[in-house]
Amino acid sequence: MATSTIDLHLPYTTRVAKALGNRHLHTALERATERMDGQRVAAMGAVEGERLRTQMRQMKEHALRHLPELLEQLESNLTANGAQVYWAKEADEVNRTLIQIARKANVQKAVKVKSMVSEEVHVNDALAQAGITAVETDLGEFIIQLAGEPPSHILAPVIHRRAEDIADLFQKELDMPPTLDPQVMCGVARTRLRREFLSADMGISGANFAVAETGTICIVTNEGNGRMCSSLPRVYVVIMGIEKVVPTLEDAFLQYQALSRSATGQQCSVYLSMTSGPRRPGDADGPDELHVILLDNGRVDMLAQGYGEALCCVRCGACLNVCPVYREIGGHAYGSTYSGPIGSVISGLLHNSVTDVAALPYASTLCGACRDACPVKIDLPRLLLDLRADHVAEGDAGRIEHLAMQNFAWMMGSRARYEAAGALANSGSNVLAWFSGGSIKSMPGPFAAWTDTRNFPPFARHSFREQWRARKARTKRITREE
Amino acid sequence: MLPARQLLRLLEIVMQKKQFATPPKRVALFVTCMVDMIYPEVGMAAVELLERQGIEVFFPAEQTCCGQPAFNAGYRAETQGLARRYVDIFEPLVRSGQVDALVAPSGSCVAMTTHFYDVLFENDPTYRARAAIVAGVTFELTEFLVDVLGVTDVGAHFRGKLAYHASCHLLRELGVDRQPRALLAQVEGAEQVSLVGAEECCGFGGLFALKNAPISSAMGRRKTQNLAASEADVVALCDVSCMTHINGLLTRQGQHCRAVHIAQLLVNEVEVADQPHSTAETTATTVDKTPPSRRWQDLRG
Repeated sequence: MATSTIDLHLPYTTRVAKALGNRHLHTALERATERMDGQRVAAMGAVEGERLRTQMRQMKEHALRHLPELLEQLESNLTANGAQVYWAKEADEVNRTLIQIARKANVQKAVKVKSMVSEEVHVNDALAQAGITAVETDLGEFIIQLAGEPPSHILAPVIHRRAEDIADLFQKELDMPPTLDPQVMCGVARTRLRREFLSADMGISGANFAVAETGTICIVTNEGNGRMCSSLPRVYVVIMGIEKVVPTLEDAFLQYQALSRSATGQQCSVYLSMTSGPRRPGDADGPDELHVILLDNGRVDMLAQGYGEALCCVRCGACLNVCPVYREIGGHAYGSTYSGPIGSVISGLLHNSVTDVAALPYASTLCGACRDACPVKIDLPRLLLDLRADHVAEGDAGRIEHLAMQNFAWMMGSRARYEAAGALANSGSNVLAWFSGGSIKSMPGPFAAWTDTRNFPPFARHSFREQWRARKARTKRITREE
Repeated sequence: MLPARQLLRLLEIVMQKKQFATPPKRVALFVTCMVDMIYPEVGMAAVELLERQGIEVFFPAEQTCCGQPAFNAGYRAETQGLARRYVDIFEPLVRSGQVDALVAPSGSCVAMTTHFYDVLFENDPTYRARAAIVAGVTFELTEFLVDVLGVTDVGAHFRGKLAYHASCHLLRELGVDRQPRALLAQVEGAEQVSLVGAEECCGFGGLFALKNAPISSAMGRRKTQNLAASEADVVALCDVSCMTHINGLLTRQGQHCRAVHIAQLLVNEVEVADQPHSTAETTATTVDKTPPSRRWQDLRG
């Protein structure tokens, strides 16, 4: 395995600067996000996309309102089907449970389906510490595991790499002959993964959704690795966030459609693997044991704190692809398992340690493109605004910024102060502009962040209100003269 | 003060905004602080556009700022004072019938006062209702011209290549897009060019431009690159904040294109200076800095 050059624990500004300075990253992001977003727009346009989004929102809101009952229903149906269900409040409980299961079943090697929740609780690290080999089997995840990197996109984990980078990696790590032919590259990965599937004792996946009425775990893939992991090994373990439960099969198919169209622009994904329990007597295949771990890790608190709307998320990645900030910096700059607008909302709410997580709600211009792309209509800008307000209300904003804002509000709070401040800014800015001939090219203090790359116009010599007053006076004079 | 229940009834009525039994005649101008102090010519152009349509314009001089910068940065307590002030200035004008509508030459300030005041006054039903009364008759300039007055041809002409940038709050909070485009489509002599990523954020984002300056600049450069590729002489838009950001980058980069507020373009204040083809580096767009007051005298004969 290669050593990663990506360090999520660097300060936020350093992570951003590294990302902005990486030209290959820029190329890779631009290619991929534009393609993925184009596919989403076409696929949602091909059906009544608005109606689909509204239905999805209603379904998810209903499911969240009935979360306790649905989870109990899911548990009792899964149990009736022969599965074991566990409830984990925090990340380490997931890992403890998982390792217990593995030890009991004498597991040496686990194969994994791409799962964000397993990244959230750092399953791979925990397994490695317990001496169990974990192999990622989604092509993208397989690549970043080879490279020793964390995923940088909810859906396309290796979006930060160009095909050229991947070819280099495969040549080095898998003895692939020099080529950029995607078929050859996939073939090399496939050969390697086939061995892993057949020799693994345990399959691990998340759940794209789980059906309460039948006790069915659903995983959506395009490579078929999901079915391999859920049916070939002796033991199959599912780790799912509690918000992934939906009431009925009909709801599951609604979400399947919304997810496929929004994530990859497909009518439906190539594979949908549904598992309701372990292998029954007479079944041709399937795991001997099925374990389902339900994870909270801050989700219930999100509901309680007014951020429950974020739990509607189906992890399609559409908000990342349209986000102009994500397009510039990619996923690693966020420093969290979850990046982009949804990542900026949930990273600080989930019980994860993310370096400089408080900076994330501010990593947005509130342009709203994410809200329009979201298949569940999550009002992401509103949630970001609320998080910022919480941050300030809790006294966590910088003292200087707070003083500046109080001063701003005070200045704007009366006409006299406003006009005085205007006059002051007028002289000040015109002096600065005079020095640099026209527009301001250099400003002091925090405003230097603007003029490092941008000019600023001087204030007008005569404000609108002055011109308006002058004009009124003139009109009166004219009227009198008539 | 009206009892809360009556206010809420009133709120329901006015939330079904933009239905005028008779065409509005008197309009209060919310000029916005940036236009007032930095771009008065934009405010004057807006007044001219409205008066040409026979609208009587009021300028309540008590007005300052809607509080958007503080709100977006998370300072709700600070914003509330400014928002109450705004409501105290404009709501009596609307309720007493002194004005029929409010117009502002800014999508983001209108989004603030019509959408986000509702969030801000979540726990203050009285101000929430009063803010809604104002919001019900508040329009962004192009929205007012096209949707309320039904005008798209305002007699504008422009010689040059013209692009349009859709500002985020205007487009996605207010849903105003077809209106400015309809007005621009009627500009005589303009060669309309399409701008790739016209609906992508320019990277301004208020305090974002300072707090996340490197990302903000990178987003802005994407915008200016697309502008260069479009070969536009001028990119029209409806928000002076985006205009400040885009022009800040264009002038720093020595580019030929300029961002202009749509109001200035529509009153024919924008011209592309003649230039030899080889020296594209020099600034080619000049905005007529004639004090609007002089043109007013001319108009009045």
